Amino acid sequence: MDNLFAYIMHREGAPHDSAAELLAAARQLAPQAAPVAILAGHGPELDAACQQAAALFPQVWKIGHPYLAQPNAEILRPLLARLVPQGALLLLAHEHFAMDLAPGLSVKLGAAYLPDAVAFTGIEGGRLKAVREEFAGLVSAHVSLDLSAGAVISLRPGAFKAGEAAPVQGQISDKSAADLDGGMPPARRRYIETVAAEAGEVDITKAEVLVSVGRGIQDQDNLELVFDLAKALGAEVSCSRPIVDAKWLPKPRQVGTSGKTVKPKVYLACGISGSSQHLGGLTGASCVIAINKHPKAPIFQRAEVGVVADIIQFLPVLTKAVRAAK
Amino acid sequence: MEILVCVKQVPDTAENDIELAKGGRDIEREDLVYSVNEWDNYAVEAAIQLRDQVGGRVTVVTIGGEEADEVLRRQLAMGADGGLHVNDEALEGSDGLGLARVLEAVAQQGSYDLILTGAQADDGAGQVGGMLAALMDLPFAALVNHIEPSGAGALRIGREVAGGDQEISEMDLPCVLSIQTGINQPRYVGIRGIRKVASVEIPQLDAAALGLDAASLGAGAARLRRLDYFVPQSGPGARMLAGKPDQLAAQLVEILKAKGGIR
Repeated sequence: MDNLFAYIMHREGAPHDSAAELLAAARQLAPQAAPVAILAGHGPELDAACQQAAALFPQVWKIGHPYLAQPNAEILRPLLARLVPQGALLLLAHEHFAMDLAPGLSVKLGAAYLPDAVAFTGIEGGRLKAVREEFAGLVSAHVSLDLSAGAVISLRPGAFKAGEAAPVQGQISDKSAADLDGGMPPARRRYIETVAAEAGEVDITKAEVLVSVGRGIQDQDNLELVFDLAKALGAEVSCSRPIVDAKWLPKPRQVGTSGKTVKPKVYLACGISGSSQHLGGLTGASCVIAINKHPKAPIFQRAEVGVVADIIQFLPVLTKAVRAAK
Repeated sequence: MEILVCVKQVPDTAENDIELAKGGRDIEREDLVYSVNEWDNYAVEAAIQLRDQVGGRVTVVTIGGEEADEVLRRQLAMGADGGLHVNDEALEGSDGLGLARVLEAVAQQGSYDLILTGAQADDGAGQVGGMLAALMDLPFAALVNHIEPSGAGALRIGREVAGGDQEISEMDLPCVLSIQTGINQPRYVGIRGIRKVASVEIPQLDAAALGLDAASLGAGAARLRRLDYFVPQSGPGARMLAGKPDQLAAQLVEILKAKGGIR
């Protein structure tokens, strides 16, 4: 398996943390292969990111152009469809850019697509067996992917553990000149700006204790129960995505990959099921305590201590006990 | 603006514990509560709001068995103008590309300026919208959390990117967008609203009606196949406390004290 590629996101001159995970996954697919890292962008930041990627990957393809200074999958997709050879396997991290780029790229390459894989379990007879999660992480599935015409495979960030490989001196090939001579096609999607997430009234990333609330609270009026507990504990209140989607709490209080990454000493998850996106924001939390009425909620896999209870009934009892203990 | 919204009926994971059935070949479907995929509900609301702003028509399409009629009626009750129901056993076991091919055929029977999907559904793949755009050679954006008209023939859109930042772009029509939750507040639909649309006729389509070759669809053509479901053993998990509420609270207080959770 020689045609093995990894598309690497980068920011401020450094590859995304997932680069080493993609390398580990590539090694798992083909231990002897020389996987090629592909980086696209512009200017010194791209050069710096390629240098760092070359310490991980034996080969690096650099695609540079002013139009690629901002990530725009609509510009990059046709370039990759031309550069990546037929039958290749292309790995990338399953996050916002991959969701934009990858499904369409698989179609343009005529390749199969495996989204959001969390593990590989082997290759047999030209098919890759892998694991995905379905139903918000409540159930996993073994899947089988036909590799005969190549494949685009996106990997759950954090699921494949980066190896302890010694740095290599990878070779950087500039693929920009040869393939961009004709200039860029006029893009039907034009980047304007990136608006930074609003700063909130509280900075949950600095909180030492968080009482975090999820869908289990059922009604906006019940949020009072959460604020009462937080007040008794001297904690801040954070939440999971559905609470922000419902506009019950502002976005700056959201924990998860599309919200904030927090690092409290204690994270009390109340009525939060624990989707992978939510858990992605908990990587720095020391002690997670979960209260949820569903004993099979994925949050209990991440938590140190668990209580099966309906938070509507249980939080007032806990608040009272905390007050009495002070 | 002619808008097509692709919707899916899914088990409601907020209402159900998902259990394995038939030794992992399926999930237990008896007594499951089904609903419209949450992301799709936001997509329909976005389409309705856009139509109310600039005029036009919203059509919702679903691929599924007879029971999927329910989600179409729900979206009609929300305010969609028409529904299309693709129902064909030959489509069972289709992978993302198979479904995108069906939706491409549906889209080609109309003349749509905008096609919306949810950003993902119950399998968490987030693939059909991007594949559909590629098949139709239309521009695409994923995880869209803002849409507004931008002159003739274009939209100004926001995409949700890392850490809650928002990437703003201008997009030419026609295009395909996958919609993220939180883009709006989907309107409430009551039983009464659903009753009102009970007699609306929803055209039923199968592979033949869409001009699709049944042999190129379904499980046989899928390059990504599900082998089984299972529940992973992932580490020791939480130490589960036991007792009555008062006792649970007392234990938690001790743990919170020990971990620095009471200040």
